[in-house]
Amino acid sequence: MSILHIAILAPFIFAIFIPLFYKYLPRIHTGWFVLVLPTLLFIYLIRMLPTISKGEVITKQFEWVPSLGINFNVYIDGLGLLFALLITGIGALVVLYSIYYLGKKGEALHNFYVYLLMFMGAMLGVVLSGNLMVLYVFWELTSLASALLIGYWYHRKKSRDGALKSMLVTVMGGFAMLAGFSFLYVITGTFNIQEIIANADVVAASSLFIPAMLLILLGAFTKSAQFPFHIWLPDAMEAPTPVSAYLHSATMVKAGIYLVARMSPVFAGAAEWFWLVAGLGIFTLLWGSFNAVRQTDLKSILAYSTISQLGMIMSLLGLGSASAYYGYEDYYVIATYAAIFHLINHSTFKGSLFMVVGIIDHETGTRDIRKLGGLITLMPITFTLSIIGAFSMAGIYPFNGFLSKEMFFTGLLHSLDITQFNMQSLAFLFPVIGWIASVFTFIYSMIIVFKTFTGKYQPEKLDKKPHEAPIGMLVPPIILAALVVVFGFFPGLLEHTIIDPAVHAIHPAALAAGEHFGIHIYPWHGWDAPELWMTIGVIALGVIMYLTLTKWQKIYEFLRLHKKDPINYIYDYLLDGVIRFAKKVTSMQMTGLLRDYLAFMFIFVIAIVLYSVIRYDVFSIDTGNMEGIPFYFWIIAFVFAAATITVPFIQYRVAAIIAVGIVGYLVALFFVIFRAPDLALTQLLVETVTTTLFLLCFYHLPELRKERSKPKFKLTNLIIAIGVGATVTITALSTLVARGHRPFEAISEYHLENSYKLAGGDNVVNVILVDFRGFDTFLEILVLGIASLGLYSLIKFRVKGRDSI
Amino acid sequence: MMKNSLSLQTISRIAVFIILLFSVYFLFAGHNNPGGGFIGGLMAASALVLLYLSFGTKKINKVIRINFPYLIATGLLIAMATGVISVIFGYPFLTQFYEYFHFPLLGKAGLATALLFDAGVFLVVIGVTILVILTIAEDDD
Repeated sequence: MSILHIAILAPFIFAIFIPLFYKYLPRIHTGWFVLVLPTLLFIYLIRMLPTISKGEVITKQFEWVPSLGINFNVYIDGLGLLFALLITGIGALVVLYSIYYLGKKGEALHNFYVYLLMFMGAMLGVVLSGNLMVLYVFWELTSLASALLIGYWYHRKKSRDGALKSMLVTVMGGFAMLAGFSFLYVITGTFNIQEIIANADVVAASSLFIPAMLLILLGAFTKSAQFPFHIWLPDAMEAPTPVSAYLHSATMVKAGIYLVARMSPVFAGAAEWFWLVAGLGIFTLLWGSFNAVRQTDLKSILAYSTISQLGMIMSLLGLGSASAYYGYEDYYVIATYAAIFHLINHSTFKGSLFMVVGIIDHETGTRDIRKLGGLITLMPITFTLSIIGAFSMAGIYPFNGFLSKEMFFTGLLHSLDITQFNMQSLAFLFPVIGWIASVFTFIYSMIIVFKTFTGKYQPEKLDKKPHEAPIGMLVPPIILAALVVVFGFFPGLLEHTIIDPAVHAIHPAALAAGEHFGIHIYPWHGWDAPELWMTIGVIALGVIMYLTLTKWQKIYEFLRLHKKDPINYIYDYLLDGVIRFAKKVTSMQMTGLLRDYLAFMFIFVIAIVLYSVIRYDVFSIDTGNMEGIPFYFWIIAFVFAAATITVPFIQYRVAAIIAVGIVGYLVALFFVIFRAPDLALTQLLVETVTTTLFLLCFYHLPELRKERSKPKFKLTNLIIAIGVGATVTITALSTLVARGHRPFEAISEYHLENSYKLAGGDNVVNVILVDFRGFDTFLEILVLGIASLGLYSLIKFRVKGRDSI
Repeated sequence: MMKNSLSLQTISRIAVFIILLFSVYFLFAGHNNPGGGFIGGLMAASALVLLYLSFGTKKINKVIRINFPYLIATGLLIAMATGVISVIFGYPFLTQFYEYFHFPLLGKAGLATALLFDAGVFLVVIGVTILVILTIAEDDD
């Protein structure tokens, strides 16, 4: 186990001590202790940047379950390091923010930071592990930690519902992903991601290629809130705002992006992959931005905005996968490049926007844009921060969102030249949808800023008197906003250091070691570049639509989108349906009546015996021996049958007991006829004793429940009884015939020969009982002893004074 | 139970001994003739049941002071002991031995550890049967 492994597991180890800090150092906010860890991890990881920039990778092995090929090997390349830096960097900022956001009093801080650290460690594990199974383990841990964090204020119903929904959706995807990973293991025989990538051609040739791809994509889409699995993300906004900023904008929702990027070398080039990732991504982009505009809650706007931005990154990854067809020309790789660049940008501006919204919520007591307004003079710093974040999100110069938006348009326009995957007829959809979605993105970005900070100040609607946030709360969004600006002016800082290695990890065949992509991020494309005009169009139409918002917003009511996302209806219907169906099935079979359970069992026995009899055609009757049966035997058999049939028709218990007794004595007679003296003696004695017991029990039956009525005649019972009798008879008769040509000698010959020789007894039955098979007898008397002691203790030691049975 | 049934009691006095003797016969004859511990035990138990029936449980309980749960345990221990002994001597569990001896009065006779095992069965069966019947019969609730 190397330092790297310990670094990944450090958050888990550190989490153990959090409750101790919380309990024994109550005067210092627990968050200060936590802050140390992500900061150190960030410093530790960023020191690897020079190595990674050179195109090298860092690997470390640790055997976990070597017999199953499950090893905790750390694999750090550009993609993994990029994510790890985001996780630790934004993690540190979020922890700092949460120190001021969550008060020391009235908050279960130890819970919060344990969950947060658990999430951080799990997320690091996801992005840095080179083994699919280990990745899966950490993946589920992120789902778990996310659900715990969403339900942090567990006394609120909405929090619990949100946690449940996110858990169900993401774990469903996680299980699907596990199945997909297993398929990959079946195909390649390894869980090691790099080995699977090396065997990509084997995977592509396999018949399990499509199932594995679909299942893995299901995992990625549920985690990254792609349509139609996005519904959990708006409900997850019930979490504390630092959690929303960290998990639901910057890190966890990008785990799906990570998985798609990581699996690209295996699956890229397949038409299904292209259409699912690019097509679903672009639709999610449109759906998220379209729905964000109708929201009135700031966090809901940001949630739908996150959905839409994730869709955008996803669609870019899908478009970039087409480059697998064209020998990884930079012309097509630019889409992937844009995806990675926008991934970084989104983390910066969305993180800062969430923190800004948290400040507004914290200082005014509401997040409803209908109540907010005119805060510009009261909270100038917050306003500045929100303008930077929102303008970057809208894609306005000079912020980094502008650059990635332009690259997005470039990628979309390049998709027009893709001739594969039936793109000739459908290619125009990508730029059109992307452009429309950008307009909506512009509108909701403006809503966030101007509905909150400009307009009429309505102090009567606010619970608190708003004022500027404390400095500690402002520092993290200031740092993120500063990054937005810095990356906006100096995108070259990212190009060769981190984006190149990351894109190289997604398209390993595209670059030789030490080379760089010929792609450069630059803000000015020239007057004749279509990207510029697209951006100008977005801004122009966006401004017009924002100003006329009240006029056309009725369209949401017309489309019936104004209440909740229509996918939620499906989700609710499915969830209720599953519960109702399960209840129905349970109440149908679990009646609580013993007779029903018996009926199920008997029906099953009949079905399975009859099925095997018919399936293997084994029923046979041999009537040849019928002549040899003596006449008196027929008489005994007749009496036997008559006595048996009478029992169910007898009305009085005593008579029934006597009838059963007759059957018992007739059995003893059968034993005599078939020359089994020991059995006959035992049968006679046992029958006598049990009859005595029956009579004793009958004497003790309570007066009230004396049931003298005829047993209810039920046709079904009769049919089942006849069925069981018939199946047993068929089996017995068939066995009798089969005995004629059995392949083995009976063991009884051995017993007959050796009973005197070996055991010194002539009574073979008894010799078998006490000598050859003495063990059975020993256990049988044990059974008798237990039964009698059980009865004894049931009667003697029952609690007096309670209702007797 | 029974009030005063002189003829039943008189016959029982005689019959019980015959039945008990018969049961002991079954126990010993088991190895070579029909019988054995199980049948013998049941037979002895029915003799005791007859006593209880004709004299009532209170009276008989004064005479027969057997703790039947202990009897069951004793029987099980005897049966197990025959198995354990063979283990002690290095044979598999429940290996039975027999040997012929010349006894002063009886002449040549075979003795088998299986008889000891059967005796265990005998005791367990008596104990179980009587315990069950007495428990149910004496239950007044």
